[in-house]
Amino acid sequence: MQPSDKNKLKIYTRRATLLSGGMMLLSAALIGRMYYLQVTNRSQYELLAEQNRISMRLLTPKRGEIIDRYGRPLATSITDYRVNVIPEETESLQKTLKALSQYIHISARENDRIVKAAKRQRSFLPISVANNLDWKTFSKINVNMPELAGIQPDMGTTRYYPQKELAAHLVGYVGSVNKEELNGDPLLESPEFKIGKNGIEKVFDEKLRGKAGNSKVEVNVLGRVIRELSRHDSIPGDTSRLTIDIDLQKFVANRVRDESAGIVVMNVHTGEILSIASTPSFDPNDFNNGISQKKWDSLRGDIRKPLLNKAVSGQYSPGSTFKMIVALAALEAGIIGADEEKNCSSEFKIGNRVAHCWNKNGHGNINVVQALAQSCDVFFYDLALEVGIDKIHSMAAKFGIGNRFNIGIMSEARGINPNNDWKIRSQGSRWQGGDTINVGIGQGFVSTTALQLAVMCSRLVNGGKAVKPKIFLEKDAVINTPEDIGILPENLRIVLQGMDDVYNNPRGTAFPFRSRAKDYKIGGKTGTTQVTGISIAERKAGVIKNDKKEWIERDHAIFVGFGPLVAPKYAISVLVEHGGGGSTTASPIARDILEYILDQKSNDKIKVDQEYLV
Amino acid sequence: MPIDSRIGEHKQKSIRKKLYDLNWFIVFIIICVACIGFSMLYSVAGGNIDPWAKSQFIRFFIGLTAMVIIAIIDVRVWMFLAYPFYIFALSMLVVVDVIGVMGNGSQRWLDLGFINLQPSELMKIALVMALARYFHCLSDDDTLKLKNLIKPIILIILPVVLVYRQPDLGTTILIAIGGITLLFAAGVRLWIFVASAVALIPATIGFWQFLKPYQKQRILTFLDPEKDPLGAGYHIIQSKIALGSGGIYGKGFIQGTQSQLNFLPEKHTDFIFTVIAEELGLIGGLVLLLLYLILLGYAMLISISVKSQFGRLLVLGMATTFFLYMFINIAMVMGLLPVVGVPLPLVSYGGSAMLTLLVGFGFIFSASIHKETYISRGGSFA
Repeated sequence: MQPSDKNKLKIYTRRATLLSGGMMLLSAALIGRMYYLQVTNRSQYELLAEQNRISMRLLTPKRGEIIDRYGRPLATSITDYRVNVIPEETESLQKTLKALSQYIHISARENDRIVKAAKRQRSFLPISVANNLDWKTFSKINVNMPELAGIQPDMGTTRYYPQKELAAHLVGYVGSVNKEELNGDPLLESPEFKIGKNGIEKVFDEKLRGKAGNSKVEVNVLGRVIRELSRHDSIPGDTSRLTIDIDLQKFVANRVRDESAGIVVMNVHTGEILSIASTPSFDPNDFNNGISQKKWDSLRGDIRKPLLNKAVSGQYSPGSTFKMIVALAALEAGIIGADEEKNCSSEFKIGNRVAHCWNKNGHGNINVVQALAQSCDVFFYDLALEVGIDKIHSMAAKFGIGNRFNIGIMSEARGINPNNDWKIRSQGSRWQGGDTINVGIGQGFVSTTALQLAVMCSRLVNGGKAVKPKIFLEKDAVINTPEDIGILPENLRIVLQGMDDVYNNPRGTAFPFRSRAKDYKIGGKTGTTQVTGISIAERKAGVIKNDKKEWIERDHAIFVGFGPLVAPKYAISVLVEHGGGGSTTASPIARDILEYILDQKSNDKIKVDQEYLV
Repeated sequence: MPIDSRIGEHKQKSIRKKLYDLNWFIVFIIICVACIGFSMLYSVAGGNIDPWAKSQFIRFFIGLTAMVIIAIIDVRVWMFLAYPFYIFALSMLVVVDVIGVMGNGSQRWLDLGFINLQPSELMKIALVMALARYFHCLSDDDTLKLKNLIKPIILIILPVVLVYRQPDLGTTILIAIGGITLLFAAGVRLWIFVASAVALIPATIGFWQFLKPYQKQRILTFLDPEKDPLGAGYHIIQSKIALGSGGIYGKGFIQGTQSQLNFLPEKHTDFIFTVIAEELGLIGGLVLLLLYLILLGYAMLISISVKSQFGRLLVLGMATTFFLYMFINIAMVMGLLPVVGVPLPLVSYGGSAMLTLLVGFGFIFSASIHKETYISRGGSFA
């Protein structure tokens, strides 16, 4: 026996059993907790673990190109050669930067910025050293990589507009994403990402943008990439093929020179716009990385409004180019016949008001064809009053006046095709006879765009088909003959005769500027619209010649034209702001452009065009 | 007392017989647990025996040898050495305390040239031995006397104060709870524990005032880890994520994302259980727990069959220390207890705790092999 241990053993056994029980209970609690974490709440923790581990890297898609009808780029993405440094991989950051400075200039300030960035961020993350390197420098750095420890040559893309200001209004430009433009798409939040800000770049941004890819990477607690788990490559954006012909666009821009103009050239059957120009223009490349304040201010301050797209956004009175509409409305209504004459004494009285013809001597007795060719105002004052605004309004609508075509260009203006309802709605007063007289010569309330005038001219010369303007070239599209707008062919013929005579009749307003080409003729109609009213006093003192006026006070010169005269193919509208006369300024421009296109088409390029359209 | 004649009844066992009596199944279980440890250290090194698994293996081998040697040495030798060992451990604690005061801040270990000695680890064993001896020497009646509680309480309080000053909250708690458990098992009256527990409430409030700011922070963080997810609560949150995401079957060996990608802190030491649970799942965690419970159950059974009070309390003290390591560590990584820095027994990387636990098992085995050995109340060798 152990000394008096009986009791001790008894107590010990009891208490050891109690302790064992306690330990079992506590162990059971551990098991319960394990079950709670690993079974009950498993999915929640699994998610958290995945969030820890997986980082999604967005792969930005290549932005689609914008090309002309022959495939030449108007907007493209070019490789931007950059150099980064990864501090971790350098022996010493300073040493590497010094070695690198043999190839590129690194200013003290830049040096400072890099050193500061290296201190701030994790050492395995790259720091940008230089952007926009030329290929020669970039390849030199690549060749000398062994002595440039930690340097990482890198390539990114930058939007580039090789045609610069040539089609700036049409193509637009890209820029950094605004806060307001964020819509939850992570692509928009990725640094350096650019989206369309203007023109086709903006309107077709989503198509051009493409689809972002992603690379799922596993990262450790420091954010270092351990490996790539999966990768979905990005899908490049669609190419936008335009109906524009860069050569023609160039020719137009060169021909217009310093004028402030909007010009549209289109195919009268397909509606394809071959050229759409607005001058003066700007270089969209300036906008890529944010335009400088100085450049922006000079663009904004220019009275010639380089930022305004004068071909589709600028609204102007059509002037005498509207006379075809008035003539057709009268012919269709049977109010006038082809040979019916009216007398022009240079003055036209309505109530106690006198309206004047541009020709102080009057045109005498003339018919509708002559009135168009010589652009007699009095003839059309009288005609308009006889026809009435409602018929003029509906005829204008058939030819696209006051219609927005939504062709895909930013801020396409609607213009105004006025009538009584419109006037009550917008002016709060009823339509007057005087209003009709003004509209009769394309002044007053009526207002159009260069695009609408080109459409109007196309519909006049294509046999009265409601062709719609197009800016995107659809290769496989079925070419539907546009529907007929329901004008008697002989009435169209009368109007076309008038437009023929404008250039080709010695009495025509644009006769001096006719085409002298051997194998075709061209037709058209001049228009001049007053920017400032002419007071009676001024008229008495003699109308001041345009070239004596301030530029801003000069008349707008307008012209619509087409060619060839037989079986017309192309229509053009030319609008020269403060250009003076439609005949002297606008008609020669229209002629030269039509000649260019008609000569071109008969020569080399017609082949390409046909091949493409087959 | 006719001691000599009684010794004659229990002949000294030969070493061969002692080795035969050693429970090799339990040794095998210990090796199993250690092997889980090596595998996990191999895993957290990304599938590499360096820097942890290899040196852990060597330490384990040394510790295992020490364990067997301790096991075959007569338990009376250990009883004889109990007080001297306690005094030695206590003086070592004083030495580190003095060094800490004089020199460069807190220090927990002494560099003896060949080994870094942690006196607090020594003390875990020494306190159990000293208390076991003390109660062995008391008669049934004396055990119940209140005045006989003064000495054991001093035995407990001295190391608790010294270890707390190091500061090492985990070991402090381990030593205090181990000591109190021993008092309980020795037969100290229940009402004393009840009364102490009641008295503890105001004491806890007082204790809070003495906590170091980082210790307070740990406890506050434990109470609400989400409050500071990137700061102090980060460890607990990441550990729970690792555990929870492991699920039933785990992510696979060396496949734990939380541990392999370093989201998990201290993955080779205090948080190694999390790695097991993440990579081997609930199953892996339960298997390890089962192995631990086999070891514990064995120790508790042995303790009842040991004839001497010293042997019984020695076994129980060692088993309790073992249990506390296990429980505090696992509860801590699962967010049930604050992070106090207690390793997972036989698995976490580190030599001192491993050695303590293997030495502890040596004592358990020694008591088991010599369970029939009579020990006089004086404790002297006959």
